[in-house]
Amino acid sequence: MTPFIKHSKLMLAVAVATAAFTGCKPKKAETVISGDAAQKVYVAPGKLDEVYLFASGGFSGQVAAYGIPSGRLLKVIPVFSQNPENGWGYTEETKAMLNTSHGFIPWDDAHHPQLSKTDGMDDGRWLFINGNNTPRIARINLATFKTEEILEVPNSGGNHSSPYCTENTEYVVAGTRFSVPIGNNTDVPITSYKENFRGALSFINVDQKEGNMNIAFQLLVPGVDYDLARSGKGVSHGWMFFSCYNSEQAHTLLEVNASQRDKDFIMAVNWKKAEEYVKQGKGKKMPATYYHNKYDEKTHSAKSTVEKEVLTLDTRELKDIVYFIPCPKSPHGADVSPDGENIVASGKLAAVIPVFSFKKLTDAIAKKTFDGEFDNVSVVKYEAALAGEVQKPGLGPLHTEFDDKGYAYTSMFVSSEIVKWKVDTREVVDRVPTYYSIGHLCVVGGDNKKPYGKYVIALNKITKDRYLPTGPELTQSAQLFDISGEKMNLLLDFPTIGEPHYAQACPAEVIMKNQKKIFELSKNEHPYAAKNEQETKVVRNGKRVDVWMTAIRSHLAPDNIEGIKQGDEVYFHVTNLEQDWDVPHGFAIKGAENTELLIMPGETQTIKWTPKSTGVFPFYCTDFCSALHQEMQGYARVSAANSTVALKYGVGDTAPKDQVAQK
Amino acid sequence: MKKSSRILVLVCALLMLGAYIFPIWTISLEAPQYPEGLQMNILINNITGDVDKVNGLNHYIGMKHIHAEEFVELKALPYLIAFFIGFGLLTYWKNSKKLLYAWTVMLLAFGIAGAVDFYLWEYDYGHNLDPMAAIKVPGMSYQPPLLGYKQLLNFLAGSFPAIGGWMVITPILTAFTISIVELRSKKKVNHEKLSASSAAVNRGL
Repeated sequence: MTPFIKHSKLMLAVAVATAAFTGCKPKKAETVISGDAAQKVYVAPGKLDEVYLFASGGFSGQVAAYGIPSGRLLKVIPVFSQNPENGWGYTEETKAMLNTSHGFIPWDDAHHPQLSKTDGMDDGRWLFINGNNTPRIARINLATFKTEEILEVPNSGGNHSSPYCTENTEYVVAGTRFSVPIGNNTDVPITSYKENFRGALSFINVDQKEGNMNIAFQLLVPGVDYDLARSGKGVSHGWMFFSCYNSEQAHTLLEVNASQRDKDFIMAVNWKKAEEYVKQGKGKKMPATYYHNKYDEKTHSAKSTVEKEVLTLDTRELKDIVYFIPCPKSPHGADVSPDGENIVASGKLAAVIPVFSFKKLTDAIAKKTFDGEFDNVSVVKYEAALAGEVQKPGLGPLHTEFDDKGYAYTSMFVSSEIVKWKVDTREVVDRVPTYYSIGHLCVVGGDNKKPYGKYVIALNKITKDRYLPTGPELTQSAQLFDISGEKMNLLLDFPTIGEPHYAQACPAEVIMKNQKKIFELSKNEHPYAAKNEQETKVVRNGKRVDVWMTAIRSHLAPDNIEGIKQGDEVYFHVTNLEQDWDVPHGFAIKGAENTELLIMPGETQTIKWTPKSTGVFPFYCTDFCSALHQEMQGYARVSAANSTVALKYGVGDTAPKDQVAQK
Repeated sequence: MKKSSRILVLVCALLMLGAYIFPIWTISLEAPQYPEGLQMNILINNITGDVDKVNGLNHYIGMKHIHAEEFVELKALPYLIAFFIGFGLLTYWKNSKKLLYAWTVMLLAFGIAGAVDFYLWEYDYGHNLDPMAAIKVPGMSYQPPLLGYKQLLNFLAGSFPAIGGWMVITPILTAFTISIVELRSKKKVNHEKLSASSAAVNRGL
């Protein structure tokens, strides 16, 4: 053997050994896209998606509607944040929607969309969404995809465990994340948390015809953090379940101080019992100031009213409304199975997922199988209410939804995966990675009595390398998985607006059947509506100038206005005379400090304009409406405050003629 | 009249009641932006459907707005149809061939006059355009078809009788057919009479 061959043999041996060693690195789950994924998400041009997905925009304060399975963004519905694109929160009609007891708050942190329910099924009437920061609940009308009502929630420190609705939308609940001092004495040391801080869980009554919301009663509950909630259904109809953390009642460095106890709580609320107490007059009216803003589809305008009191029930005095169930470490989701029997609690820091039995819970309450009290609330023995635990589910279980075949899907934030398990045996049957750090997840109809199933959507917190980079600030995203088979299959990543905190999805026909295409002009009751060109006019009242203007393809009337003076406040009330689907008109005027308008057929919207200098100011339509859109323009002439130029206006033959300003 | 003719006259007269219930004529317009189509339904006394949308679109080419109240035809039509129904019932009651022929002639005249009137109206709307119109296509007119389809710029226009229309057209054609049958049977009868008398003559001879 030549030295050369010997040498190469040695090298080969080293190479083999190295390969074998590095090959020992445990394999990670990898993105496996099965061959027909593209086919499953392809919705051909002109074809419609199967499912509507309503995802909150998180810190964007809005809601976005997506088509599933394509992941196409259909519409951003402005809710808590101003939206200059269509004037939401800027126009004279919509400004009032953002009024609160803290003033005009043009933004919020929107977390949990909730579709209204009838008999435990999504009914396509309304979508509720919580404003987390300045506690509010909004109601969106799904016929118009417009926010119609925003109700402020008093005595709340942060409206997080909201807005979950009962089986027939009898109530929408709004629970506080932060317990705070409430009542007369709120200026107290923060260290007095245990004595002075309370939680407040509001039960908001929903009018079944119009959807109008009113706080029916508020439960004053122990001072901890209320995280999420879910309504009972079927056998557990009449109950609501809240997850609670910080049972340590810490007020600083919660990261550590609220993570000490082995168990926090699920709070079971018997709201039927609360109703009985209200009927018996056991509620106490507490003074509170909170705003109630309603948008009227007939006047196309919002009005704020200030509510002055709220009816409260104190759980320290009325002891059989609420019960605590111990639950391992900082539970997030408290989710109820389709039959209403199982309550799945996901402890963010827990090693197991406890599943409680509604039957066992009510038996334990009846037999008083309690483990003492927490702030006057009976604590049910853990084992007495437990159906069983899902063992080794993964790390950081957050939230669970259900499919139509008896399986549950739990999101795992820390281990970044979805875990599928069988509800009756609590046995894990599949797991699939998400990219990255899934928060909530959404099964189509996943909180219904009869889930639609088919897809689970992961709502992720981190995107990193999944899309073309856009600097440090990246898009957030959702992921679509097919769950029709035994194994979950990743189909699609799609970017979202803001943070897709949570989403609800339902079959398209549930929403489509109620869709409105236009607003009927004949039903427009806006006080400044001009329903035809003969009704257009310009009226001065002191320094206020009102313009009754119409828009129709392809002109504005009037389109020449003279006699506006410096220092005037001009209100352009623009009515879109069109009665055809998808023919909005826009309105914009040079130097408008607030917004432009986007006016739907049959609607009237108003922009306030305060010109700062003399001159001739162009205005025009901003929505490309027709072949003559670019001709849809006009002029407003602004003269000096002491000018003699008369107030004249018109369009075509009626336009003002030859008015020379006197020097 | 034969028994069957007489019953058919009754059926025809009653069928025309449909003109009061159902649309008589439909004009449809399809364009890339309107795959679902726009429809105008001409009723006995009104025009319904997407009239406002059509008026909105027609402003580009300077077409006059369509307003149902401007049509004398729509005011007269309910009375005319009532007259024809009444005359038909009278024909049935009197069992008179003369009335049948008169009815048929009037119905045919009505049908032809209706078609001519409709054509003239379409001509007027299609040609009599606002000289200030935004879109002017040299040599282009926008007269919808009397019957069938026609491409007008980006629109495919269709013009067809609707149920109510068929419920008038069918009686007109049926009345015409009955009249022919009755006329023929009259000839036949005359012919038979003639041959019977000639036979008698022969016998007598």
